[in-house]
Amino acid sequence: MTDRLLTIDGLTKAYPGVVANDHVSFGIDAGEVHALLGENGAGKSTLVKMIYGLVRPDAGAMTLMGDSFAPPEPRAARAAGVAMVFQHFSLFEALSVAENISLGMENPPKHGELSARITKVSHDYGLPLDPERLIGELSAGERQRVEIIRCLLQDPKLLIMDEPTSVLTPQEVEVLFQTLRKLSSEGTAILYISHKLEEIRDICDSATILRHGVVVDTCNPREKSARELAEMMVGSALLQPQRDAGEFGEVVLEVKELYVPATTQFGTSLKSVNMAVRAGEILGIGGVAGNGQDELLAALSGETPSAEQTVTFEGRPIGHLGPNARRELGILAAPEERLGHAAAPDMSLTENALLTAAIRENLVSNGFVNWAKARTFAKKVIADFDVRTPGAHTAARALSGGNLQKFVIGREVLQNPRVLVVNQPTWGVDASAAAAIRQALMDLAGKGAAVVVISQDLDELMEVSDNFCALNEGHLTRPRPTKGLTVEEIGLMLGGMEEEQEVAHA
Amino acid sequence: MDLSTINPVLLIASLMVAATPIMLAAIGELVVEKAGVLNLGVEGMMIIGAICGFAIAVETGSPLLGFVAAAVAGAVLSLLFAFLTQILLANQVASGLALTLFGLGLSALIGQSYAGIKPPPTPKIDIPLLSDIPILGPILFGHDLMVYFAILLIAAVWAVLKYTRLGLILRAVGENHDAAHALGYKVVRIRILAIMFGGACAGLGGAYLSLIRVPQWTEGMTAGAGWIALAIVVFASWKPWRVMLGAYLFGGVTVLQFNLQAAGVNIPVQYLAMSPYLVTILVLVIMSSSKARSAMNAPAALGRIFHATH
Repeated sequence: MTDRLLTIDGLTKAYPGVVANDHVSFGIDAGEVHALLGENGAGKSTLVKMIYGLVRPDAGAMTLMGDSFAPPEPRAARAAGVAMVFQHFSLFEALSVAENISLGMENPPKHGELSARITKVSHDYGLPLDPERLIGELSAGERQRVEIIRCLLQDPKLLIMDEPTSVLTPQEVEVLFQTLRKLSSEGTAILYISHKLEEIRDICDSATILRHGVVVDTCNPREKSARELAEMMVGSALLQPQRDAGEFGEVVLEVKELYVPATTQFGTSLKSVNMAVRAGEILGIGGVAGNGQDELLAALSGETPSAEQTVTFEGRPIGHLGPNARRELGILAAPEERLGHAAAPDMSLTENALLTAAIRENLVSNGFVNWAKARTFAKKVIADFDVRTPGAHTAARALSGGNLQKFVIGREVLQNPRVLVVNQPTWGVDASAAAAIRQALMDLAGKGAAVVVISQDLDELMEVSDNFCALNEGHLTRPRPTKGLTVEEIGLMLGGMEEEQEVAHA
Repeated sequence: MDLSTINPVLLIASLMVAATPIMLAAIGELVVEKAGVLNLGVEGMMIIGAICGFAIAVETGSPLLGFVAAAVAGAVLSLLFAFLTQILLANQVASGLALTLFGLGLSALIGQSYAGIKPPPTPKIDIPLLSDIPILGPILFGHDLMVYFAILLIAAVWAVLKYTRLGLILRAVGENHDAAHALGYKVVRIRILAIMFGGACAGLGGAYLSLIRVPQWTEGMTAGAGWIALAIVVFASWKPWRVMLGAYLFGGVTVLQFNLQAAGVNIPVQYLAMSPYLVTILVLVIMSSSKARSAMNAPAALGRIFHATH
């Protein structure tokens, strides 16, 4: 216990209606990589927010390097040597790298000096960065570097990382892990939160498992299988999604030479995209965020119309049709952004169900809404997809991310689509819910629908999809059968190195 | 029609005077918007500044005290907006519009006994040698203090936003309030201070109208200057020096149309009177047509309500 860095003793935090953390106790040694595991809503975020001073505990105490530690605000936590890399919400797109880093420091040096230090530290840790670039121009991986460098410049004793790899390519994950190992060998403790159990087995020395705000177990993740870890989190046996790969039918949806301009200033335009999905097939589209995923989904769902002939449905040109006309044909979509794109935040689940299902489920007649029918449909989605909510009258905003995701996917799946396009179907969803969503997608394909899964989670794509292609800077690679693809090959496809691969194989 | 009666030197000199009130109000609003708050109550704060500054200057005989009072009054009125939008999380657009209507009404009430009075004159700076320089002298060195103060304020806001930590934090709050909060910055406090700064600037702009530009008190005398100031912030794509440019452009057209009227140009007076507003609309259309550019500078959190979830 000589090099015990942080001891947490009986931390408790209750919100109206839920106890987020109930007498949570554990300890982290200097140089240890400690995983915090748990389902969505298990209380991991609340716990790290208390350590970082964003939330004050109702009861309990923390000890940092032998001294009592109760940071009233993040500033105090940073001063004491605790740094945090957030999952999201912590960079300023219109500001430069140096400005972003300066904002996260207590006593930032002068601009020139800071830039020099950023350049030096970023090279020392193998995370090169240009201090003058705007965040808006950076990729997700580079943005994360900014966050990490911001922490490293303050020589933290404890680095908290919340879902750091969710947006990284396998290569970027490897670079990150090298950095973390280097930090750990220098004596920095790391508290690591992730849903990706293989990563935790790869990098963490010990793990604390939370369920409903209570510590249920601690273990050495290297001695457990990913499945065992998942079951410890959920508290019951985990169902592995599975299906029998059937024969594919005719091509249902085809895209030829699709060009779409970027939807946002920091988006990517699609360049000459060609793809085809057959009945019963799941086509997985990988790629790091911001490579044209949103644009592709919008072009397929009809949000961005294109030239008539570029998109065809069963041989019929539909490129010019809008979302409702495509829904009528059976082409449904679930976009990535849950609040504001897939669902209207302040409307009830019934109203949200109505928004996309009105046509296919006949919820409207002669311009009048059939509320009873809409409610029944919403309740069916809630029941079939195990959406945890007080009822169909609840506002979408009130649901946790994972539960809303289940609702959004369920709403489309239950409309019996001919084609379903989903973007990041299990983003931020815990292991058991993710398994349920993937199972639903596979069942849908099993019933003969064509499914397009756009995701940044490669494990997910490997699990569900029959064919895999990668989106890189708006270019889509040719699909390859998922079976037999190696991590290296996928990494190269994601990096846009397809052509060289072809040559190498020839 | 005799265009030769228009004296370009006098035209430029009076353009600077005409531009000063909107420049003051606009630079204040720029700071508010940079912090991510859209306060549409500029007009109301200006007119409150106009009457309070006027009243205090008349009562004390000191225009300087009048300006101080106007700044205080504008800031106090803006606190109402700050309370509604930052503490009670009310909608910013509706609150801002309400603030304008409230300011116009309240100023009329306060100003009842001040109509038709002349305020104490504000001395012009007269630097003996410089103001005697032909052409440049009357343009650059023959004004009252507030004209220079407004330009200095532009420079100060520019420098603070660009070079200081305070400016960086302000921009960060306006760019992404959740991230700023996560880093431990006091989003609400920073925004309230920015709103008060905007109120004080608008108050000064209003007092400049009633104490120097007109100079007397009439009900509703701001006549849309606050709205022009709001438009100029967008026109300037949130850049301080362009606020100055925008204000001079608007001031220039205003002064020019007076001069054209006086010169007997054969166009109905109404067309001339509406020309500054038409030019403003035209410029705004041109500005917003280059989407990427104005979007680049617009604070990303502008007008969004911040609610700390922890």
